[in-house]
Amino acid sequence: MRMVMDDVSNIWSILEKVEDPEIPVLSVIDLGIIRDVSVENGQPVIVLTPTYSGCPAMDMIRVRIRMALLQHGFTGVQIKTVLSPAWTTDWMSEKGKEKLQAFGIAPPLPLQTVCHPGMFHREEAIPCPRCNSYHTARISEFGSTACKALYRCEDCGEPFDYFKCH
Amino acid sequence: MFSSAIIGYTLHLADNALILGHRNSEWTGHGPILEQDIALSNIALDLIGQARNFYQLAAGMINGTRGTRAWPAVGGDKAEVTEDDLAYLRDGWDFRNCLLVEQPNGDWGATVLRQFFFSAYQFYFYGELRNCRHAEIAAIAEKSLKEVTYHLRWSGEWVIRLGDGTDQSAGRMKKAMDHLWQFTGELFEPAGYERELLAEAIAVDLPAIRPLWDQRVREVLGAARLAAGSDVWMQTGGKQGKHTEHLGYLLAEMQFLQRAYPGCEW
Repeated sequence: MRMVMDDVSNIWSILEKVEDPEIPVLSVIDLGIIRDVSVENGQPVIVLTPTYSGCPAMDMIRVRIRMALLQHGFTGVQIKTVLSPAWTTDWMSEKGKEKLQAFGIAPPLPLQTVCHPGMFHREEAIPCPRCNSYHTARISEFGSTACKALYRCEDCGEPFDYFKCH
Repeated sequence: MFSSAIIGYTLHLADNALILGHRNSEWTGHGPILEQDIALSNIALDLIGQARNFYQLAAGMINGTRGTRAWPAVGGDKAEVTEDDLAYLRDGWDFRNCLLVEQPNGDWGATVLRQFFFSAYQFYFYGELRNCRHAEIAAIAEKSLKEVTYHLRWSGEWVIRLGDGTDQSAGRMKKAMDHLWQFTGELFEPAGYERELLAEAIAVDLPAIRPLWDQRVREVLGAARLAAGSDVWMQTGGKQGKHTEHLGYLLAEMQFLQRAYPGCEW
């Protein structure tokens, strides 16, 4: 039993170092996509939930998790995917949000909201990650990856990504 | 044991998402401006992701019926069917998507109107399906609904922008309406497998969500100053595998690589 507990906490700390290929400052733990870790008959079982249904990084993330665990001697890794409850940015770690900000991506707002289906619905103002101005405008609610929207700061003039609340 | 109704329904859900996702992907690199090219490509990606979830589920069910002839063989002599076999190796008459999603892209106006009609449908459809009695289907619906909410807002805004825009944009939207409206009736016309699964509290009760769709469409078309389509004969058949001529051309392009080089990977 003692061994299993050690293995589980060991696996969690290995996963801390598995990066998201699209946003390398975030680990899979920061993203909140690891829902459970257990060990069955000496083999790790990881429960993973995707951010968006079509996120192309998910296959790569599964490979990276296997590789990282293999490097630490874990074989026969099982990765189970669950869809419900659906992933939300509310599960992102505070540390992850700070890292995003430092990387130049506005983190999801602390107050969890979901997309409102009303046409031309105005979202809360998103502060610029560079100059902190709230004088910003949304260019497009779809950005370079499924999880981001594209904004522009009207004060410093820089465009930036916003990791949208989901 | 899985019934052919549940397999058929899962494939219907997968095919709807895949075919519209593929149509939207045809715009990638050709959008009117970069941001909207990216927006539509994102929507395509969401839909193809939803399709993969449904195909994976269907493949598991089909593999569970092997040897019982409950479902015709897909993928030849392979021991197990995969999501790829279901997308790339079935023929037109095996696809159960609605006729609306296979219609050609036309211009930007036709593409966003098609997306709006379908996103409004998916929004209320998944809203019901997430409470269905089949846990895995319900989970895919719950996940997908969050994504569809963005699609609905984005496409609705574009319908308003173009309908209430210039004479040229309004004229093109009217032309798109004249073509697409005849395919909206099928969305709410249950196929045999849907009727069967409605009794098991799995399939969505389509006539029940129709008033919600009608109201949302009326609101947006009103804001866009566009008239809904006239009282035309509604085309149906896609859900039973009877398609318009356009699906064959789409599959010819989408499936070419796997047909010409079976099992090819990169």
